[in-house]
Amino acid sequence: MAVMQRRAGQRKSATRRRPTSRTGDRASRARRLATQPRIALLVATRKGAFFYHANAARTRWRVDGPHFFGQIVNHVMLDPRDQRTLLAAVRPGQLGPTIYRSLDLGATWHEAKQPPAFRKAREGELPLSVNYTFHLTPGHASEPGVWYAAVSPPALFRSSDGGVTWSGVDGWNEHPMRFKWCPPEDQTPDGSILHSVLVDPRDPAHLYVGASGGGSFESTDRGESWRPLNEAVEANFNPDPYPEYGQDPHCMALHPLRPDRLYQQNHCGIYRLDRPATRWQRIGRNMPAEIGDIGFGIVLHPRDPDTAWVFPMDGTSVWPRTSIDGKPALYCTRDAGASWQRQDRGLPREQAWYTVKRQAFCADVAEPVGVYFGTTSGELWMSPNEGRSFRQIAAHLPHVYSVVAATLP
Amino acid sequence: MRVAVASALRSYTGNREHVAASGATVDELLRSLDESFPGIRFRIVDEQERIRVHIRIFVNRELADLKRRVSENDDVQILCALSGG
Repeated sequence: MAVMQRRAGQRKSATRRRPTSRTGDRASRARRLATQPRIALLVATRKGAFFYHANAARTRWRVDGPHFFGQIVNHVMLDPRDQRTLLAAVRPGQLGPTIYRSLDLGATWHEAKQPPAFRKAREGELPLSVNYTFHLTPGHASEPGVWYAAVSPPALFRSSDGGVTWSGVDGWNEHPMRFKWCPPEDQTPDGSILHSVLVDPRDPAHLYVGASGGGSFESTDRGESWRPLNEAVEANFNPDPYPEYGQDPHCMALHPLRPDRLYQQNHCGIYRLDRPATRWQRIGRNMPAEIGDIGFGIVLHPRDPDTAWVFPMDGTSVWPRTSIDGKPALYCTRDAGASWQRQDRGLPREQAWYTVKRQAFCADVAEPVGVYFGTTSGELWMSPNEGRSFRQIAAHLPHVYSVVAATLP
Repeated sequence: MRVAVASALRSYTGNREHVAASGATVDELLRSLDESFPGIRFRIVDEQERIRVHIRIFVNRELADLKRRVSENDDVQILCALSGG
């Protein structure tokens, strides 16, 4: 009987404590969620753009779209300087490319008055026309209204009025070495591209770009001059496997809190560079040998320069460019590439032949960081906990070209 | 003259299939269209003054280039090729 009383007492006591604990947990969780940023995923696909708005816990997603239904959308980017201007790189199948701008988070769109376009070719010059805009980057925080657009064929354009009018960055587009750096006959499946325009947060004149089949390049004068930055980066498709230029960076990233730290996922491996050094370190050599270090994208932790994620793909024989053995996984480094850990909890265990394109892989700025990717088979996945587990946000979308985790006001 | 516009371009014309334009050549006609519907020309003609790969312009049902002369009673069609998927 005494035992029963104690048990009853224990249960009663426990019953009294639990609500207090739950109330405390709820209050703590509410406080934490109240400080979380509002996240929206800007998903660009082969048939339009879709925006997924998260609740504070990032457990529910409200879809807004399609925008530009039926048109090829390569990239949609929110201006972090005003948190309301969106630019979208759009091209229908038959028509020429253009850029749209929204000042109300996509409720209405207005076409650029002067989209990126090359100057008329002079006699004897190669006549170039912009096939599509691949990548949009807001300029430096001190230069509101400045944007960069990287296009195919590889060229760079700049806007000073928030994307209404665009002009060529002649330092790149007219560079005497340009066709040696990026030979016009060198065509990847969707055409060679310029991508990964990186602006040093300490200096608006300091830029990096990546060129498919061209390499990485640096400018310290706002794009007026450029120099290759490819030392020790392999190009195993070239007779000289370590040329000055001609490498194939797939994606470059610069850490916002340590801007001298660069990462790149290259056609030939994963690399890190800590400036002012100019020699890249192949940190992909530390990946498991059976996985290798081939992929398209690389994503950085917004607050930890030592943490990065990659999505390895099959680069054997004919380069299937799918998840290895049909078992998709991210690999995460917490020590700047010295070691890598597999992350696949919640992802399909087999027969999932995902391809994740270079701009379809991103992270948000929440705590813990959310990691996201979209597949060419139209699936959208997220990890709410820095890769420890994954869940699917959407399926049956068109071929996903890019996923951007935007922070809304 | 009356110009028939492909569906992919009707976001510029207020969803109208037929619009009015003027000019002595196809090039002038497209510039006239661009004054009425800003931006439409660049979707049809690239920066090197070439009609885009998947666009065809017909005058009186004959394939035309930018230099083709046109007159008021001509029947002009701007069509998109079958492509994509």
